[in-house]
Amino acid sequence: MTITATAAPLLKYLVRLADDNVVLGQRLSEYIASAPELEEDLAVANIGLDHIGVAQHLYSYAAEVEGEGRTEDDFAFWRTEREFTNVLLVEQPHEGFGELIARQFLFDAYQLELWEALSLSSDERLAGIAAKALKEARYHLRHTASWVVRLGDGTDESHRRMQDAVGAMWRFTGELFEADDLDRQMAAEGVGVDPTTLREAWTATVDEVLAEATLHRPDDPYQASGGRSGMHSEHLGHLLAEMQWMQRTYPGLQW
Amino acid sequence: MDAADLPGASVVTTQTLSSRIEDLLAAVVDPEIPVLTIGDLGVLRGVTVAGDGAVAVTITPTYSGCPALGVIEEDIVSVLKAAGYDRVAVNTVFSPPWTTDWMTDDARHRLHEYGIAPPGPAGTDAEPVVCPRCSATETTVVSPFGSTACKALMVCSQCREPFDHFKAI
Repeated sequence: MTITATAAPLLKYLVRLADDNVVLGQRLSEYIASAPELEEDLAVANIGLDHIGVAQHLYSYAAEVEGEGRTEDDFAFWRTEREFTNVLLVEQPHEGFGELIARQFLFDAYQLELWEALSLSSDERLAGIAAKALKEARYHLRHTASWVVRLGDGTDESHRRMQDAVGAMWRFTGELFEADDLDRQMAAEGVGVDPTTLREAWTATVDEVLAEATLHRPDDPYQASGGRSGMHSEHLGHLLAEMQWMQRTYPGLQW
Repeated sequence: MDAADLPGASVVTTQTLSSRIEDLLAAVVDPEIPVLTIGDLGVLRGVTVAGDGAVAVTITPTYSGCPALGVIEEDIVSVLKAAGYDRVAVNTVFSPPWTTDWMTDDARHRLHEYGIAPPGPAGTDAEPVVCPRCSATETTVVSPFGSTACKALMVCSQCREPFDHFKAI
């Protein structure tokens, strides 16, 4: 399925928010049974489930806005790589637990600000979904921040690996705060938020945690971008192949 | 079928019909924590009966990804069907967002008896979590994420037993 260029801005906006969550939820699910301890298997599964739940509610609303009888599954399973509009950070693979935590921490700190802003949206349905997701994001952030501190301010080895992990993910954080025409239009209508306004609070959260973790903020001048317009890193196609193959092999399959 | 033809409708108004349906729904339990009903949890937000007899039940999810929600929807429909209500729609709302503060005192007590430490007031970490086995207050978190989205895993320093804690949100 495709979403036409002339589709309602609200539809496209909901889909981009949902795409971030479904892709990250899928990434987290890859790690289940591979975490360093059983408790983290549960944590990763729980956090992933929250993201997938948020995506489901957003796609479901998007399908209603579209009004063509499609469901949340059509949005998740029947769009191709170029049609996904998630940010690049969430599709990045993780080499080990440190990178998983770094990616999640940087994104949690962003979503905390995002959901807080969207919980005041003039669109009541979106505001409701955001208010719920906000509670979950707070809980996720508390968990991932504590791991950043534990590993950063741990042994020499864990410190080095946590610093490397933050460094590996850093180049994908700039995109979180880029605004395009759709963001600006949604913000102007009171429905959405201009992501550039979220950066200051995000930076404060990240700096505070990195300082406590005895880590330094990377100053990588290179910042990747393109996810919002469907230009992805090489990793998304593989992720979608894994996520979508069942529905594409057996169309309409139901649980 | 008109509201007037629904079970019990001859003697009651549609408003008391709604509360009669709410009583029926009090039998629907959370499939993951069967000691609690959807009424206890505050998941059940309301019931309306239209003039034409259509029943609309409104529920709210505990967590965005709560996998129990689909089962709860099916259970609501089947409980009401069994009682003679054929046209039932279940709507999900997100606002106001669910909070453990909606849980009744009776439900908290039953949760404790069942072996799950009930939630304290939302937004505070101050209150000690009481061990549901020996009632000691010296307990520590093993993992903030437990066997379901709504629970954390804890351990008691007195009796050494692990237990689930219903997280306050």
